[in-house]
Amino acid sequence: MLDQLIQQLVWPIVYILCITLPLIVAVAMFVFWERKVIGWMHVRMGPNKIGPFGLLQAFADTIKLLLKEVILPTNASRFLYYLAPLLTLIPALAAWAVIPFSSRMVLSNANAGVLYLLAMTSMGVYGIILAGWASNSRYALLGAMRSAAQVISYELAMGLCLVCVLVLAGSLNLTDIVNAQAGSKGLFDWFWLPLLPVFVIYFISGVAETNRAPFDVAEGESEIVAGFHVEYSGSAFAIFFLAEYANMILVSFLASILFMGGWLSPFPATWGFIGHGGVLWLFIKAFVFSFMFLWFRASFPRYRYDQIMRLGWKVFIPIAIVWVLVAGCLKYFGLVSIGPGV
Amino acid sequence: MSRVTHYFKSLLLIELFKGMGLTMGYMFKPKYTVRYPMEHIPKSNRFRGLHALRRYANGEERCIACKLCEAVCPALAITIDSAPRASDGQRRTTRYEIDLFKCIFCGFCEESCPVDSIVETSIHEYHFEQRGENVVSKLQLLAIGDRFEQQIAADRAQDAAYR
Repeated sequence: MLDQLIQQLVWPIVYILCITLPLIVAVAMFVFWERKVIGWMHVRMGPNKIGPFGLLQAFADTIKLLLKEVILPTNASRFLYYLAPLLTLIPALAAWAVIPFSSRMVLSNANAGVLYLLAMTSMGVYGIILAGWASNSRYALLGAMRSAAQVISYELAMGLCLVCVLVLAGSLNLTDIVNAQAGSKGLFDWFWLPLLPVFVIYFISGVAETNRAPFDVAEGESEIVAGFHVEYSGSAFAIFFLAEYANMILVSFLASILFMGGWLSPFPATWGFIGHGGVLWLFIKAFVFSFMFLWFRASFPRYRYDQIMRLGWKVFIPIAIVWVLVAGCLKYFGLVSIGPGV
Repeated sequence: MSRVTHYFKSLLLIELFKGMGLTMGYMFKPKYTVRYPMEHIPKSNRFRGLHALRRYANGEERCIACKLCEAVCPALAITIDSAPRASDGQRRTTRYEIDLFKCIFCGFCEESCPVDSIVETSIHEYHFEQRGENVVSKLQLLAIGDRFEQQIAADRAQDAAYR
């Protein structure tokens, strides 16, 4: 009985903590890294006062936010107002359950992992809509509506990109998808090569999904102050912040897993030490992708709202649909080498 | 034809990559930031900062209460009262106050002064802790002048040829 309890309850909780706590620290460091990188690209220095090289800046900000008062706006819907940040955070963290860090390190090796991920990332938009509606503020409502429309449009393009990956890999299990990318040619066996346009579309859609620059009309500072979280302060705001950055890191991990071979090494297996796969490769890849988020933010001006919709519906979705066909042909005629995962 | 090239240019994200290349280049450039309390940028000898009243080398105050500075001050920040000095009957100020909240640091008082008494030093790091400290009195101004006389004289000497 006790053995069963430990097996069923205690170990999963330990594993969950092993994923979420480092994730939260990663978010803090990512925020710091973002401010540094954007500072460097602006020919500034970025935060450098708190701790060595300013490393503790994000923790100081977190403590400041947690100590602040959460103000409930007049006539706001109390229950939904407090529920919304949780509805954003929980899917953002829950999605990490199926992420395979290496061939054995995965919390839940679900067979329908990709479907679960799609479901979880779509859930986050409810939190945004509720936050906008429950704050009883025009800015928040407008931001929430923009954000919802954008996330839903880009989810379609993203879903079609995933279909391409699924066609090639022949599985919905993320571990199988990575294994399907294994091969003797290292880097050139991964899915980014046969699915290059789709890979680009996937990552850009991911940027749009997380409402990051240049697709951040949802919080367009010059028009609607801060979008759906205008009325949130203190720890409630911190939760939105955490969810947004956790989602960014998740999109980076997903791009690495689906298109860049996850934990696989970019070098052929015959190259000895560096040819071996490992969790470190996944982290390096995800780091590069998350750096791209910051790079985009420092480089590009914000899209206009109708341009965002045009890009999503009239460019990305048609290209992705065509590439589903191309991927099907590649698979059918055996033009892509599929690894031992299937 | 141009439509076709535009089509491919935008589809291949060429201009976006160019922009990203530019920002990446800037990322590694030397930074312009001056870490202010630890680092300072060079200051001109004509810098107009906190005011001071100077003395002659023998210790006599320069100010002769001509009130030209009070008259020229565009912000009406200077207030002067004068009376014959008790010891030798010379015309001297009994009150010389500058309201630093009114002062716009234009430097007219310094330019109008016939005896180089009122000057604006290069001090720019100062603060007030109490209400009313913004009005600096004659004694305070003289004390600032005494303390920074070397610096003031050096700045004036450097600039003398251009006056």
